[in-house]
Amino acid sequence: MLQPLLVFAVGNESRGDDALGPQLLRQLQAEAAGQAEFLEDFQWQVEHVTDLHGREAILFIDADVSCAAPFELAEISAGHDNSFSTHAMSPAALLHAYRQVYAAQAPRAFVLRIRGHGFELGSALSPEAEENLVAALQAARCWLIQGGHGAG
Amino acid sequence: MTDTRSNLETATHPEGLRRVAIDPVSRVEGHGKVTLLLDDDNRIHQVRLHIVEFRGFEKFIQGRPYWEAPVMVQRLCGICPVSHHLAASKAMDMIVGATLTPTAEKIRRLMHYGQILQSHALHFFHLSSPDLLFGFDSDVARRNIVGVAAQYPEIAKQGVLLRKYGQEVIRVTAGKRVHGTGAIPGGMNKNVSLEERDYLLKDAGQMIAWSRDAVGIIRQAFEQNLALYNDFGSFEAHTLNLVRADGAMDLYHGGLRARDKQGNTLFDHYDYRHYWDVIFEDVKPWSYMKFPFLRSLGPDEGWYRVGPLSRVTQCDFIPTPLAEAERQTFMAFDAGRPARSTLGFHWARMIEMLHSAEMIRELLLDPDLQGTELVSLGERQERGVGVIEAPRGTLIHHYKVDEHDQIVRCNLIVSTTHNNQSMNEAIRRVAAQHLDGRTLTEGLLNHIEVAIRAFDPCLSCATHALGKMPLEVELLAADGGRLDMLSRNTDGVCHTDL
Repeated sequence: MLQPLLVFAVGNESRGDDALGPQLLRQLQAEAAGQAEFLEDFQWQVEHVTDLHGREAILFIDADVSCAAPFELAEISAGHDNSFSTHAMSPAALLHAYRQVYAAQAPRAFVLRIRGHGFELGSALSPEAEENLVAALQAARCWLIQGGHGAG
Repeated sequence: MTDTRSNLETATHPEGLRRVAIDPVSRVEGHGKVTLLLDDDNRIHQVRLHIVEFRGFEKFIQGRPYWEAPVMVQRLCGICPVSHHLAASKAMDMIVGATLTPTAEKIRRLMHYGQILQSHALHFFHLSSPDLLFGFDSDVARRNIVGVAAQYPEIAKQGVLLRKYGQEVIRVTAGKRVHGTGAIPGGMNKNVSLEERDYLLKDAGQMIAWSRDAVGIIRQAFEQNLALYNDFGSFEAHTLNLVRADGAMDLYHGGLRARDKQGNTLFDHYDYRHYWDVIFEDVKPWSYMKFPFLRSLGPDEGWYRVGPLSRVTQCDFIPTPLAEAERQTFMAFDAGRPARSTLGFHWARMIEMLHSAEMIRELLLDPDLQGTELVSLGERQERGVGVIEAPRGTLIHHYKVDEHDQIVRCNLIVSTTHNNQSMNEAIRRVAAQHLDGRTLTEGLLNHIEVAIRAFDPCLSCATHALGKMPLEVELLAADGGRLDMLSRNTDGVCHTDL
């Protein structure tokens, strides 16, 4: 049976703070297995609209080089941005693609952007990212507890 | 020795020329930058594609045990991790002295054709179809997959589902959606169950039908604008690719075939375990990326083209009926001119997608997939070379492993590196054909990107983080001062900042 809540993180664990998404996902999955479906990939791409189908709410998680530390959590809506023209789509663009493919409103969605600092190959999480991860994990827990209906 | 490179590689008198940088190029995998040198009359004197090649991985892998390589290399590239997974696994097969069992080889092939299918589907339907369906200099806000979905909803949906199907083939054979562990040194760690086979088989016919339709779309694009499609950024090039022992297309395994631009064979069925005897890598002071060349022809003359266009035109036949029929049509169309054109890459790519869909169904019907002999081992070797025809072209993995099972040396030559000089040639032709003497606009600059996208280059290091700018173009004066700036922001709209 399809889980109504989806937590979907992206990143490359071998590239420093790009591992923030996958690491948060694993920690959250370890303590909240069964409360949501947990998916991971290197980046979001158009075929992932099929993973969104039938959900009540979705939490997208990624490292971010521009958001305020330690993280930003916000509800998003479908948006036509230029990430459509790249190999790594934004969550808003993915929701937009969902509407195009299914001719229906996309599920309610939130994006958790965790501030990253260094992305060197072979690097571990930076000390700042480690701290940001702890704070972001708490926010993700709250999102799950609220059944995917809140951003804070 | 004749130097066959375009004379737009280096300006004779660069001083006093304006510099335009397209940085980064959008809709390619990763980041590249194109620089143009122009005089006051907008005449072009120099065009270069700069690629920030990702070399750090070769150091990163050193010191790790060899059996980790097939998993670790997937982190090299989030775009084509399966190709690296399989190339590394083939190299490690040599290290453990293995000859694959039929079950292991067929499951690997199934995984590989799933990767080809999903990669080609993404490139054609998502990255290139906006250019092909709307035109290279059409409204930039429409020239993306949203515009395609609005005007051609069925095509957009087919692209999504073809891509998804290929990913499902990978998930079944690799065991996971990402970071798969399916291929291991000497074989595979799981077979394909009957339930998994039936799950994939039920949609295989639909994937073949949609792939066949996609070949028709690109053929129609050529028919409707023959002169542009045949000539756009086109040039003669030597070719390199793997072929099966009988000359058939084989994307998983074979010997190396190189032909010169007249079609004369330079070497054939060459054992790739000694690739360094026929391929060498040159360096240039203006690029971090290496420029491979055929040793026998030297660095100036020996550059070559890899990928779908090379594979489809240089194989003797494709061993699946529908794709072979399409190959024959392609080769005969307009006296073979599309088969030599840069945009012919798109046509060839769709023929390969059709071949992959046919191969997936053929393999799924093979009872060897349910076999239980998954791993073989032999005499341990010090050196391992794995070569595969990845979606973008020939991919070489080369490792040396010491007596403690640690990797002590690694060399990778990825498809995009093979095509480095060819991509530079293509954009110089486009610059000369379409930009020379004209005021630059976003539409004209997109012509450069269209030529690069035809090769489907993968410049990715798999780093992905939100908040990056897709495209910036700066027009600089000779003293480095900024005269003009054109940016395509995340809203999909171009902005000028004078």
